[in-house]
Amino acid sequence: MTHPLTPVLTKRWLSPTSWTRRTYEQLEGYTALPKALGAHPDQLIQLCKDSGLRGRGGAGFPTGLKWGFIPQGPEGQGDGKPHYLVINADEGEPGTCKDIPLMMADPHSLIEGCIITCYAIRSNFCAIYVRGEVLHCIRRLDAAVREAYEAGYLGKNIMGSDFDCDIVIHAGAGAYICGEETALLDSLEGRRGQPRLKPPFPATSGLYSAPTVVNNVETIASVPYIVNGGSAWFREMGTEKSPGPKIYSLSGHVTNPGQYEAPLGTTLRELLDLAGGMKDGIPLKFWTPGGSSTPLFTSEHLDVPLDFEATAAAGSMLGTTALMLFNETVSVPWAVMKWTEFYAHESCGKCTPCREGTYWLVGILQRMLRGDGTAADVDTMVDICDNILGRSFCALADGAVSPIVSAIKYFRQEFLDLCATQPALVGAH
Amino acid sequence: MSAEASTAVDMTSTAVVFDEDTVVRAQAIIARYPQSRSALLPMLHLVQSVEGYVSQQGIGFCAGQLGLTTAEVSAVATFYTMYKRRPCGEHLVSVCTNTLCAVLGGDAIYGALKDHLGVGHNETAGEPGTTGSITLEHAECLAACDLGPVLQVNYEFYDNQTPDSAVELVEALQRGEKPDPTRGAPLTDFRDASLQLAGFFDGRDDAVAGPSAAVETLRGAALANERGWNAPPMPDTAELPALSPAGHPHPGKEKKS
Repeated sequence: MTHPLTPVLTKRWLSPTSWTRRTYEQLEGYTALPKALGAHPDQLIQLCKDSGLRGRGGAGFPTGLKWGFIPQGPEGQGDGKPHYLVINADEGEPGTCKDIPLMMADPHSLIEGCIITCYAIRSNFCAIYVRGEVLHCIRRLDAAVREAYEAGYLGKNIMGSDFDCDIVIHAGAGAYICGEETALLDSLEGRRGQPRLKPPFPATSGLYSAPTVVNNVETIASVPYIVNGGSAWFREMGTEKSPGPKIYSLSGHVTNPGQYEAPLGTTLRELLDLAGGMKDGIPLKFWTPGGSSTPLFTSEHLDVPLDFEATAAAGSMLGTTALMLFNETVSVPWAVMKWTEFYAHESCGKCTPCREGTYWLVGILQRMLRGDGTAADVDTMVDICDNILGRSFCALADGAVSPIVSAIKYFRQEFLDLCATQPALVGAH
Repeated sequence: MSAEASTAVDMTSTAVVFDEDTVVRAQAIIARYPQSRSALLPMLHLVQSVEGYVSQQGIGFCAGQLGLTTAEVSAVATFYTMYKRRPCGEHLVSVCTNTLCAVLGGDAIYGALKDHLGVGHNETAGEPGTTGSITLEHAECLAACDLGPVLQVNYEFYDNQTPDSAVELVEALQRGEKPDPTRGAPLTDFRDASLQLAGFFDGRDDAVAGPSAAVETLRGAALANERGWNAPPMPDTAELPALSPAGHPHPGKEKKS
């Protein structure tokens, strides 16, 4: 039986100057790297598969499997093209606030993970794409990369292994869509951040059309621990299909908001207990398990194990484990309107259903909130959502309809009441 | 200088605005990447650091450095919200008004600052570039939800704000003061922040040590520490999985047996 909280990624955060190489090395940092470099890259891919590590950026794709898709050959980069590792540090999903504190507090864990991953996938170049608005985080990463070069962890012939690796820190410029991996790659190539049609997937045609692994920060920061502890140790935490620890970010109407690292499969009831319960004792009304793009849950879902399978079975997604909690004072249609305004603003405009659909949804929701809505608007929104879902290149569009469809599912009456009780409705008809 | 006036300037005159230092920096950015066009986003941050916004000359400069057309660069510059197309104030104040921050007071903070400054989204109070001038914007989720409502000045975090604390902060900025952020380095100005976003951090070792860990950030780790909770102990040695017989030869030097 594991403890309720299992600090792995967050353990070092408590140390003063946790971001320095000196502190990192004092606390077992850069011990996984020589072990990894002494192994065969395929052993590391197998280790990652055995550990069951799944992507922490939202989709939960098995990390080892993703690495294994990179064409391998007897010459290492057997396909004749360079391979690339790109870290998705464009954290911007509403409610999500785990990668930025991780990179600020412990940037070397990400860097060590990047070097090991590059070695495993036969890459000599890694770009860490960080959203631009987090300057202090970028500053810490830049300093950590410089420290890693000075110590010989980056550059040529790392620790006498003949392996070369370079990391560049790349600041984005304010576009939520660049968190979508193919939009991120276009952005990293100096273009507008617009998603690409898949296939081909980045594993065969990614950065500069070369085989590329795109992984989330928390995923790659987990790698050094898995190398040191082994897959069996990693699997002592979490569930069979969702193993390992996970940083749960609690925000909103909770007594003690913050970052809580617990085994996957922990429930909101358990996390709320650790976080001092709902703020001022006002009951929970709705919440997101993993950001605004994951369908809403209600107080009926307090005991859903927060892992990939159970959240899906309960009608939502684990997403980024960004738990935004809203109490009974909050209007569901208002919250949904705010989120929809966000998606409309951040839609890149490439696909018509997303670009036009989010525009009209905002219009309807704003009209409802102004008091000019009608009961028919609820069905119209459901219909529009049905015409957006699955009809665009990327998941932004699917995410945009999640709060609306789930809110109407659980709180339809609140939308109808909003229309019925607004005085403006009387004059409108 | 208004945006309209700037666009009328002959675009061949970029050398007047962008001196040799900027050219050297632009070349240094290009050298970071396997392919030069990847340098465009940081280079736009760089030209913004020179002029306080991305002007037509700035677009011309990037195009010249990268061998792109100005249309190609404009298409990129207009896509991203952090590239400002009009001259900005000494400071950029960004208020998160996404749902979670909004419900905790972010909308009220933005409203209070709008009233106080007498400007709206992406507008500047005061003469752009002069001391105490401030550009205001509402921002989407800034990835600090456990610390909401948050705002940023030049992309440094001011956490757990109220309308009163935000107005107080902005008044101090207008007086030419630079109150320290909750998390981040001591304030400089918007142009200097843009230079850092272009990847130039020389001589800023002290800034790296600026605070980063709020009580909220450490809550789980501190609670676990207090209660003696840990991840399961790692084994003394964890063997890596054996290579399958069909495995590929080691790509580096001879594998140690």
